[in-house]
Amino acid sequence: MISLVLRRLAHSVLLLLGVSILSFALTELAPGNFFDEMRLSPQISPETVAALRARYGIDRPASERYLRWLESVATGELGYSFAYGQPVGPLLRDRALHTLALASVATLAAWLLAIPLGVGFAVARGRWPDRLGSALTATLLATPELVIALLLLSLAVRSGWLPTGGMTSSGYADLGAWEKAKDLALHAVAPVAALVLGILPALVRHVRAGMIDALAAPFMRAGRAHGIPRRRLVFGYALRAAANPLVSLLGFSIGSLLSMSMLVEVVMGWPGLGPLLLEAILARDLYLVLGPVMASTLLLLAGNCLADLLLYAADPRIRREAAA
Amino acid sequence: MTGTARVAALFLVAVHVIVVLAGFLAPYDPATQNRRLPFAPPARLHFVDEQGGFHSRPFVYALVDAPDRALGYQEEKSRAFPVRLFVEGAPYRVAGVFTARTHLFGVDEPGRLFLLGSDGLGRDQLSRLLHGGQISLFAGLLAAALSLGLGSALGMLAGFHGRWVDAVIMRLAELFMALPWLYLLLAVRAFLPLHMPPAQTFLLLVSVIGVVDWARPARLARGIALSVRERDFVRAARSFGAGSLYLIRRHIAPETASVVLTQAALLVPQYVLAEVTLSFFGLGVAEPAASWGNMLGALQQYHVLVSYWWMWIPGVVLVPVFMAYHALADGLRARA
Repeated sequence: MISLVLRRLAHSVLLLLGVSILSFALTELAPGNFFDEMRLSPQISPETVAALRARYGIDRPASERYLRWLESVATGELGYSFAYGQPVGPLLRDRALHTLALASVATLAAWLLAIPLGVGFAVARGRWPDRLGSALTATLLATPELVIALLLLSLAVRSGWLPTGGMTSSGYADLGAWEKAKDLALHAVAPVAALVLGILPALVRHVRAGMIDALAAPFMRAGRAHGIPRRRLVFGYALRAAANPLVSLLGFSIGSLLSMSMLVEVVMGWPGLGPLLLEAILARDLYLVLGPVMASTLLLLAGNCLADLLLYAADPRIRREAAA
Repeated sequence: MTGTARVAALFLVAVHVIVVLAGFLAPYDPATQNRRLPFAPPARLHFVDEQGGFHSRPFVYALVDAPDRALGYQEEKSRAFPVRLFVEGAPYRVAGVFTARTHLFGVDEPGRLFLLGSDGLGRDQLSRLLHGGQISLFAGLLAAALSLGLGSALGMLAGFHGRWVDAVIMRLAELFMALPWLYLLLAVRAFLPLHMPPAQTFLLLVSVIGVVDWARPARLARGIALSVRERDFVRAARSFGAGSLYLIRRHIAPETASVVLTQAALLVPQYVLAEVTLSFFGLGVAEPAASWGNMLGALQQYHVLVSYWWMWIPGVVLVPVFMAYHALADGLRARA
């Protein structure tokens, strides 16, 4: 168990390093940076720009800048944002937490919905609830996440039931603890719903397919012959057998969830990594671009590790493999 | 192939033919503005005039501001414009070579025919939808061709050659897959120029979308190459002295082709969506050129979002197109 965790950790660190080198190499290809935009401005003298470039080390060769950036990662600064005039690290921390909160609530909600729905469709296979479900998931699967997010936003704006934009209301700081929680939860409803609707169809399809295989397995017939009640047979036996591919799906789905989350955050104004990245790109703020990119990679790798560990806990076959 | 998949394929061909013929089918140039008619609702086609007389040729009335401007527009019944076929209008390029002026339908000047309404600058939504479809749909197709070409070439090479080539290519693929794809796409886009002419932007988008996602097809192709390499007929060919290039071309590539085709049907909608998303964020095709993404971008303003339903049309048409691609992929998979 511990060796598995260590191996996964070492692998993730190597991947993170690789991604950072790749991103840095990309910045080398970039025509123009924050200071080039500045140079176009008549109010700023070329000497000032040159001095700023020297101060932030932009005039240094890429390898040296990369090493200095690594150094700043070690201190938690993650480079310096030119547009904000402060280290990237503190800017990033809150944003990453907001994205993490959104993504984990959405994942939880989506799975809590997908499992009963998928099991239900599999049990009702071929009958009208299943057909209706298939038609709905196919439609939802073909509806772009962008359109789902915009639809929910317009519903929220029109109905006035839900606050829109941002994560908190304007008077948030003066609220009591209970009101604060309520305010946050209300702001999160629309983005979470958009994310859930985005990942739900794929999850339901997989749960359904896995359950159909499991329900057709010989051990199910044996179980029925033993007189095990249907409900226990479905949830206690078949679902357990179908769990393995579903847990690995959890790992895969985190990647698409993060991508969707970035889109939803921008549309709904949720202050996560997504809007920060977009802002950084438009300002050509080099290190501020790297920050969210690395943070999202970290989240994805952490999610995959978590899925691996869950798989290890859920499936005895994998435990034996890992021990061998 | 199943019946559904065949219908889906026909539908997709029809949609693509329609957007290719955008210049002819659209009544106006996608960039022509009518500043006096922002957010005009979709035109109402009339057959019966004020006197109760029936016309077999439909007509539209001119739009004027309602007395209370907040109420939008009202029809001016005294000025009717019949819809005519094959009218002369704004010039457009056919196949990029010669210029034509004939449009399938339209109304005489100074009338305006906005079948799907107009946007905030009074540009015809239908014309923008058709021209934007050209950009969005073909960006997806070309990007898929690029990513599948690049990915399967690298994947086949890795699977066929094995050893260090395999190790290098697959480690690199792992790096690309360690990033959430939209973040990767935006990161690559971040380091490329923001403002460029539309044609260049289009090519840039296609190459960024295609190149960034080479890893997934590469993994697929590698798996197939690995298994085909060990098949008896390939070993036989090798023992007869067949070279690597011949083996890849003759034995490995045909085996990968069907999987690649299925994959294409799944990737094209994702790439169309990638273009739409980038343009929606303002990082893709820039105004005044139309793309379904930058058309949807108008919805970022709340008043557009809730007041003008016809601004949603580019998003709505994506749904049947994507459904058709998914049905096609299911059909191709069932066949394989």
